[in-house]
Amino acid sequence: MNTFLTVILDGLIQASWLFVVALGLTLVFGVLKILNIAHGGFYALGAYLAATAVTMATAHKVPPGLGFILMLVSVALIAAAIGLLMERGLIKLFYGRDEVVLLLVTYAVFLIFEDATKLIWGVNPIYANQPYELFGNAEFAGLFYVGYDLMLIPLSAAIGFAVWFGLNRTTTGKIVTAVIHNAEMSASMGVKINRVYALAFAFGVMLAALAGGLTAPKISVQPGLSSEIIILSFAIVVIGGLGSVEGAAVGAILVGLARAASVHLLPQAELFMIYLIMAAVLMFRPEGLFRRETARRI
Amino acid sequence: MKRFTRTLGMLTACSAAFLALTGPSLAQETFKVGIVTFLSGPAAESFGVPAGKAAEFVIGELNKGAVPAPYNKAGFGGMKIEPIVIDENGGATKQVQELRNLYQRDNVDAVIGYIGSGDCLAVAPIAEELKKPLFLFDCGTPRIFEEAKYNYVFRTAAHATQDNVGLIRYMKMKNIKMDTFSAINQDYAWGQDSRADFVAAAAQLYPNAKLGADLLPKFGAGQYGTEVSALVSAGSDVVYSSLWGGDLQAFVLQSVPRGLAKRSQFVFSAADHVLPPLGDKMPDGVIIGARGSYGLMSPKTPLNEWFFSGYEKANGAYPVQAAYRVTQSILGVKNAVEKAMAKNGGKKPSADELVAAMTGSEWQSPGGLIQMKNGDGHQAIQPISFSRTKYNAEKKRVDLVDIVNFEAECVNPPPGVKAIDWIKGGMKNDKCK
Repeated sequence: MNTFLTVILDGLIQASWLFVVALGLTLVFGVLKILNIAHGGFYALGAYLAATAVTMATAHKVPPGLGFILMLVSVALIAAAIGLLMERGLIKLFYGRDEVVLLLVTYAVFLIFEDATKLIWGVNPIYANQPYELFGNAEFAGLFYVGYDLMLIPLSAAIGFAVWFGLNRTTTGKIVTAVIHNAEMSASMGVKINRVYALAFAFGVMLAALAGGLTAPKISVQPGLSSEIIILSFAIVVIGGLGSVEGAAVGAILVGLARAASVHLLPQAELFMIYLIMAAVLMFRPEGLFRRETARRI
Repeated sequence: MKRFTRTLGMLTACSAAFLALTGPSLAQETFKVGIVTFLSGPAAESFGVPAGKAAEFVIGELNKGAVPAPYNKAGFGGMKIEPIVIDENGGATKQVQELRNLYQRDNVDAVIGYIGSGDCLAVAPIAEELKKPLFLFDCGTPRIFEEAKYNYVFRTAAHATQDNVGLIRYMKMKNIKMDTFSAINQDYAWGQDSRADFVAAAAQLYPNAKLGADLLPKFGAGQYGTEVSALVSAGSDVVYSSLWGGDLQAFVLQSVPRGLAKRSQFVFSAADHVLPPLGDKMPDGVIIGARGSYGLMSPKTPLNEWFFSGYEKANGAYPVQAAYRVTQSILGVKNAVEKAMAKNGGKKPSADELVAAMTGSEWQSPGGLIQMKNGDGHQAIQPISFSRTKYNAEKKRVDLVDIVNFEAECVNPPPGVKAIDWIKGGMKNDKCK
């Protein structure tokens, strides 16, 4: 029983940060129909920005709680601003072109991000683990857990709910949903498509950076973060269905739980587990778990 | 116009002075050496960059003739050492090409390099094919000379077997209780080989110990929450790991707050390099190795005093394992070059003369005596030390206490015997009872 509970909790902790990254990726695809490989670059950027913010806050003796909030706010704002610049200055030039062209463009940006982070922050790992101690420890199923890890679960759930609520219960959300379903029709109804695209892209990459920022206190922030996460998050959105918020949530939980279960019960299978789930899902649901069937327009 | 004339005059004078100063040395014979180390990528901070800094420091000191005896003759036998530094990052295929470039385009006389086991395995046949001397200074896999024979390739440091055999011997010596143990290692050659050696050595000295959680997360995983849960749940007496660099630091940062270090005795086979960045985050009492008698476990000799304090002064941090390993390689090459020159009448040695002088040689290094005893005189054995961590609040650094030094023969297989066979045969050695 204890092992079962541990697997559930470990899986949820793992799923929580994966979900935030995948949510941004799926949102950008849903609105702009772009497979944004640069998403991984924004995740790494968020981690580096967070590490810098924490280092600066510590140096200026800012209280840890306030430092943590400042860290998240600065990461979100800077990433959103860069995302906005990227969409307006580069991505928009390629709308209407073949999807593969956009894929290559975002891949180029991904590579630029890789080198830019090395240029700015160097190649050595950076540590910013002060916020990791902020939330204390808690005992669960006979094991101690770091409060910070546990905090990630409700935080990512709140982010997921906010996005779902925003899309389904607000006027702006309804406009975005309309654009997701039919951009041309929305434009003819007077929706400023370009504005929706820009905002959706900025918001999506902001989520990636936020996930990176939240992860930074737990790890050593170093080159290579971006490629690691992009593979994982692509797997999750493929499992859940490209463009689906619910799919990202279910995909992240599936991957998190499967990975936790394999580490506890069958460690040899851990590396293989995510691809096993992907293969199993795609065999029966080639569009992913939550991708809606769409009628082909003539 | 007046200012222009004055500037031109100054430039001419400076140029003349420069030519006058450098003229004689341009005519002097030099020894070109390629240095290959990670300048970027995951292994750069822990190993590659310290090795690069050490090579720069040692070659500079050698060229000045400022190294203590027996290395006080300038350069290599009076020849100025000319290093060409290459980044090891980018994979084995790239390294093969880079090695060819070093030998064939840059015309280096020898190459000292390679930290990654995969890179070592890939480049060794190339040096053999080109008949050029290659000195592997760091990589850990025992397979280099156990699965092939080379004439032009040497490894100037002991392989990974000593790290794990030494660790088990240390634990036994210090009466560490190990009825059960768990392991966490990276899922690639280094992690798998280290784990295999440790488990095999444990079976000899702790025959009743049971292996609990046996985890192999991928290289660069970074997040170990689930693994820590599994290790805490296993509740073993000992948690063994060969993790290194950012992975080891992340593991310590994530496992200590969850009480794993209190529940189990940590034993890390190669952890000296993470002590400076972790500081007080590293718990006291952790048993660590450094892949040799290096850093805070190095011997108190004039040669080590010169290296330790000189490196620290030049770089603002004390030297760790990779810095020592590249240094012992450079000194080994110097020893061989000068040995060959003593034989050929003082000429710059050919590749074959250098190889002959290096085979089976031995020399003193900051970390102790290096002996090319294994792999038909091409594979080094060396002493190794183990210790426990203890944070020093006054110095704001992790000190190492309870240091034990093992002789080379005690932790390395005898010539002609495969490491794993020697371990499974009881690690018999006259010097280690």
